[in-house]
Amino acid sequence: MKLDVIRSIWPWLFLLSMSIFFEVWARLAYDTSFLFNLFNIQSILTFAAAPLLLGIGVTFVIIAGGIDLSIGFAMGFAAVVFATITSSLGGQDPLVALFIGVIATMLIVMVPGMVNGWLIAGLHIPPFIGTLGMYGVARGLGFIVADGVTVPVNNPILFQLGTTKIFGLIPIPVLITAIVVLIAHFVLSQTRFGQYTYAIGGNREAALRAGINVKRHTLLLYMISAGFAGLAGLIYTARFSAGAAQAGEPLLLDSIAAVFIGGASFFGGSGRIFGTVIGALVIAIIQFGLVFVDVEPFWQFLAVGIVIIVAVLVDQSRTRISNGGK
Amino acid sequence: MLEVKGVSKHFGGVKALNSVSMNLQAGEVLALAGDNGAGKSTLIKIISGVHAPDTGSLAYQGQPLRANSPLQARNLGIETIYQDLALADNLDVGANIFLGREPMKSFLGMTKVIDRQKMLKESREVLHSLDIEIPESSLEQPVRNLSGGQRQAIAISRAIYWNAKLLIMDEPTAALGVPEQRKVLELIDKLRSQKIGIIFISHNLNDIFAASDRILILRQGRVVGENKISETSREEVVSQMVSG
Repeated sequence: MKLDVIRSIWPWLFLLSMSIFFEVWARLAYDTSFLFNLFNIQSILTFAAAPLLLGIGVTFVIIAGGIDLSIGFAMGFAAVVFATITSSLGGQDPLVALFIGVIATMLIVMVPGMVNGWLIAGLHIPPFIGTLGMYGVARGLGFIVADGVTVPVNNPILFQLGTTKIFGLIPIPVLITAIVVLIAHFVLSQTRFGQYTYAIGGNREAALRAGINVKRHTLLLYMISAGFAGLAGLIYTARFSAGAAQAGEPLLLDSIAAVFIGGASFFGGSGRIFGTVIGALVIAIIQFGLVFVDVEPFWQFLAVGIVIIVAVLVDQSRTRISNGGK
Repeated sequence: MLEVKGVSKHFGGVKALNSVSMNLQAGEVLALAGDNGAGKSTLIKIISGVHAPDTGSLAYQGQPLRANSPLQARNLGIETIYQDLALADNLDVGANIFLGREPMKSFLGMTKVIDRQKMLKESREVLHSLDIEIPESSLEQPVRNLSGGQRQAIAISRAIYWNAKLLIMDEPTAALGVPEQRKVLELIDKLRSQKIGIIFISHNLNDIFAASDRILILRQGRVVGENKISETSREEVVSQMVSG
């Protein structure tokens, strides 16, 4: 079908046009290349990693017809929890401290995810409102744990993980993100869990009638979303050797934009992990590109905001066309 | 295959069914007719395990039927097809037929993944066995791209694939255009020849006369008429529906 072809091509078109746009700008204004530059590519990938991690988690939620607005501050909450635990274990062997910090943080960050899932699946609160409430709660908790300041961590292994480039080429955060992308793609496209995520987003009633445990599935989806936010928080802390409650604040917009640019539907039922990957690259190119051509950073927010609106408009018109064609 | 004896059901002070008896043979199509509120829905909900009867008994394939949930009824081979509620529009034909019961295969000996090849192959076979025409190119497309009649047919093939013996169809032709209605009626014919018992609710007397063997007319919770289609007329049916 023609529409499905457009749906799968459109994120690539977006990526291509943004790349060309900044390439031309860089050549015309500064007589230099934007894309054919190893440092730029590394920077774009590193820029893309955090919104992509958040985006992967929320891709699952959006495909099932939900939304998770709490991911940005869940990430910040995880970052300060991780930094606080790890630095409080400063007397221990660094590897032990790191290990305990990672495990404890991932367990703790599941709590906001479980509460989201319980509110939405158990108490039937609309996802938009339930997770907006959690946005406030996670934000408050993050600042409370951090006592309003940035929490530094002095852990040599963590520092290495956050800054080393494999073969001097691939930053470890990028590598971790790439591995996680592959796993998430596998789960979504090949397993029953993935299939049921699509089914719930397509027709919740049909999923129920088919005997799928929609409640439990919804709960798990919001835990996955929180889990990815937790991972993003860990990586943030590794990169900057510090945790901050506001670490993920601007990334909510970026990550949800990435999902919609990637072709997911606001109405649920469609979306792909690799779409979100492309979406995150588009956002990173816009942000890094604007820095590269020396535009004031405030324009980034404006640009990403417009991109979200355009992506959802395209989705709406696609949906309208396909409904009209029935 | 199905025997309903003296079934009554109250909802609060309202008597929805009053000592209703009926039966159905394998390979028989029974139409349920009656005005809104006549008790058609309550009757099929009792058969499909949604409601329990207050009094009376049901027997299915010679055994007492005690389905306490639609899932139990389905496991016994009693399947209800609701119009348009049945399919996930964004999934393909195979995914819908196998939804909730996907076949799995081993992936590198480590884990299990959905066997899409098998879903496609089996779907093709069940559609073929029911003479349902869906172009090969559409089998792996989201079912939203298919017509209402094709979607209805997929919902029915899913039931058949999972060994439904008794199909309950609630207004199967209501949302369809005329050519599509005809296809669904042909499909009902095909199911009859495969010894499936069918109960179908319809407001459309043309469909009832075209597809069914017998008609049961309900009015205010009572059976007010039961006729062989070959021995009745539209006038008689309408008069029974209206005045009992």
